[in-house]
Amino acid sequence: MKHFFLASILAGALALPAYAADYTIMAPAAPGGGWDQTARSLQTAMQQEKISGNVQVMNVPGAGGTIGIAQFASQQKGKPNALMVGGYVMVGAILTNKSPVTLKDVTPIARLTGEYEAIVVPASSDIKTIGDLVAKLKADPGAVSWGGGSAGGTDHILVGLLAKSAGVDPTKINYIAFSGGGEALAAILGSQVTAGVSSYGEFESQVKAGTLRLLAVSSEKKIEGVDAPTLKESGFDVVLQNWRMIAAAPGLSAEQKKAVEADVEKVVKSKTWQETLKTKGWADTYLSGEAFDAQLAKDISATEAVLKDIGLVK
Amino acid sequence: MTTFEFLLQGLLAAAQPLNLLYALIGVTLGTAVGVLPGIGPALTVALLLPVTYRLDPTGSLIMFAGIYYGGMYGGSTTSILLNTPGESASIVTALEGNKMARAGRGGPALATAAIGSFVAGLIATLLLAFIAPYIVKLALVFGPREYFALMVLAFVTVSSAFGDSTLRGLTSLFIGLAFSVVGIDQLTGQNRLSFGIPDLLDGIEVTTMAVAMFAIGETLFIAAQGDKGPDKVEAVRGSIWMSAQDWARSWKAWLRGTLIGFPIGAMPAGGAEIGTFLSYATEKRLTKHPEEFGNGAIEGVAGPEAANNASAAGTLVPLLTLGLPTTATAAIMLAGFQQYGLQPGPLLFATNPQLVWGLIASLLIANLMLLVLNLPLVGLWVKLLTIPKPWLYAGILLFATLGTIGANPSVFELGMLLTFGLLGYAMRIFGYPIAPVVVGLILGPLAEQQLRRSLAISQGDVTTLVQSPIAAGLLLLAALALIIPLILRARGRGEVLSQMAASED
Repeated sequence: MKHFFLASILAGALALPAYAADYTIMAPAAPGGGWDQTARSLQTAMQQEKISGNVQVMNVPGAGGTIGIAQFASQQKGKPNALMVGGYVMVGAILTNKSPVTLKDVTPIARLTGEYEAIVVPASSDIKTIGDLVAKLKADPGAVSWGGGSAGGTDHILVGLLAKSAGVDPTKINYIAFSGGGEALAAILGSQVTAGVSSYGEFESQVKAGTLRLLAVSSEKKIEGVDAPTLKESGFDVVLQNWRMIAAAPGLSAEQKKAVEADVEKVVKSKTWQETLKTKGWADTYLSGEAFDAQLAKDISATEAVLKDIGLVK
Repeated sequence: MTTFEFLLQGLLAAAQPLNLLYALIGVTLGTAVGVLPGIGPALTVALLLPVTYRLDPTGSLIMFAGIYYGGMYGGSTTSILLNTPGESASIVTALEGNKMARAGRGGPALATAAIGSFVAGLIATLLLAFIAPYIVKLALVFGPREYFALMVLAFVTVSSAFGDSTLRGLTSLFIGLAFSVVGIDQLTGQNRLSFGIPDLLDGIEVTTMAVAMFAIGETLFIAAQGDKGPDKVEAVRGSIWMSAQDWARSWKAWLRGTLIGFPIGAMPAGGAEIGTFLSYATEKRLTKHPEEFGNGAIEGVAGPEAANNASAAGTLVPLLTLGLPTTATAAIMLAGFQQYGLQPGPLLFATNPQLVWGLIASLLIANLMLLVLNLPLVGLWVKLLTIPKPWLYAGILLFATLGTIGANPSVFELGMLLTFGLLGYAMRIFGYPIAPVVVGLILGPLAEQQLRRSLAISQGDVTTLVQSPIAAGLLLLAALALIIPLILRARGRGEVLSQMAASED
């Protein structure tokens, strides 16, 4: 199905005289998850702010975005109007999956948003606090199944870090990978897994409706308006932020890269985008240019260390 | 206000002359884009969604609903007439529909698809309106083991339903399963059988396989027959409209298709195509004309088309009640809703009733418009078939190729299309059914992932698969569906075997 969005580029190219600002944004995850929402919010903002006349979003789900990035790097090479959403999950997935295509094979443009992770249980669960959950984990690590995004992603890393901090062997955790936030959410709501891990925004409406119980968030300090302790407050030294970025295709000239950077900056500064950040509960962590490149390199090496530490990367 | 009053209010708003015009424009655009080869409903909606942005919320919702239904129906039209399914949910439609079209019954096939879609859309939209919150609770009960059991049931019923011999059906199914393991494993991220080719990392695209097997294989088969083949296609034999017998055979299939399609569409990991497979299998079991299956049985079009449409409405259940888009089309709809200030989620029905009921009323109106537009057009569509055979098949080959490279512009994809086309040709010659290959390719990864997830959750305890009553019930049904025909066959061995030999083609 996802390839049909590619067809739209072709159909669009046939129907209209193509102009460079007709962006195509790849969300390398199933519809409904964080990357998908980021891509679709970008689409809305670009169109409403008249930065681009026609923006298409295509989903290429699976394996923490490594399927998407491989396809993006090979098929969009040199195309100045191709964008891809990515993020921290992808950094981890590339390492655990030993992906032949890495973020070095695309052109990272900017970090856009950040979101903290949340740990939830279904409302019907007998687990009331994060302490209860960790006690269960200590008693029998395999008996606690965690539903979240792809293997090696932020969700998986958070569970590993929590286990390690609680003195449980992180390699013993029973993590069930779903492709994309939507599918994981359904499994958590249906009590198919013991607990769920994802960005807080993906759980927010369910938590407010009372169908999920929020146990803890992974921020440094308590988040305003969120009624849950941080992991740190609960005695586990774990802080994790899931950031999202935008990348352009490989093989762009310096000028082309600059044009994309300028467009992205326009989006980020726009009213539509700022409103979206507010409604989705995403923090504005916009960072571009060399500062972003340096931060990205730092994050990649830190993630590699974490993944080795918890046994996800040998 | 009560549910009913909300709906009535929505319908009144939607029935304004200007809004009816928007619905008609939406359906026309949707059908026109949907009939293009390689363009399924998801892409149709994605391409045309921006058109609706200029209107007021009511008008844009209505036009959007029109585009959605129009796109779906347009896809079925090409499946029936040209044997080129644009998406996995209309593969089954091509199976019997194209046989009917080539026997001069394209008119009734298109009509039963249109009316069946209407009936299913009507019932399913009403179900959505009144029982969505309950259905979604039921759908969430489905976890990995229940989905796995559902897949097993689908495997068993489907492989015996396509073709005359279970062995041949299973052989084809396993060919499809073998192809389905290609690509990155979703649960561990490991590469499987991709041989370092990036195009294969993603697995084998279902529509490429389907178009190759159906359209390319068929074209090769016809071409290889040369002059010995059947005489030229007769566009219209008998009436272009459905006869009394067609109606009698269709209406039950429509209802059964709706009942199968809606709940499966409502499940977060159900998928529209599974409903169409199960509906086809059901119709084949229940029909009084089993000899017509494989040669153009009208139930085989009516049931799956209804299931397809009902499951599309079912998709709206998790979308509206949980904010979960479970198909590509639903994801694009979500983007559309957000444009109108609709934030799908558990509180939507409570916080934003006007817009929800406006949408549901729009779907009903668009559904009606589809019928109004397309029934008169049936006569025009079937004229396509009067094109002389060499031209028609050359055209099909061209459109199939264009559609595939349009959807996935790569030389490798084109090579796969032709290779699978040859495979389809060979299977046709040796009498192996084609559809189970595609079914295996679709269901294989779903079944595998759900099985592995359920085993991971139970920490390797296999008995978990039968510990849930729903999973156990589904597996039992699957076992019965496998065993009963075997017993029947063993009893009437000679008779069945001779029948098999006779109907080999």
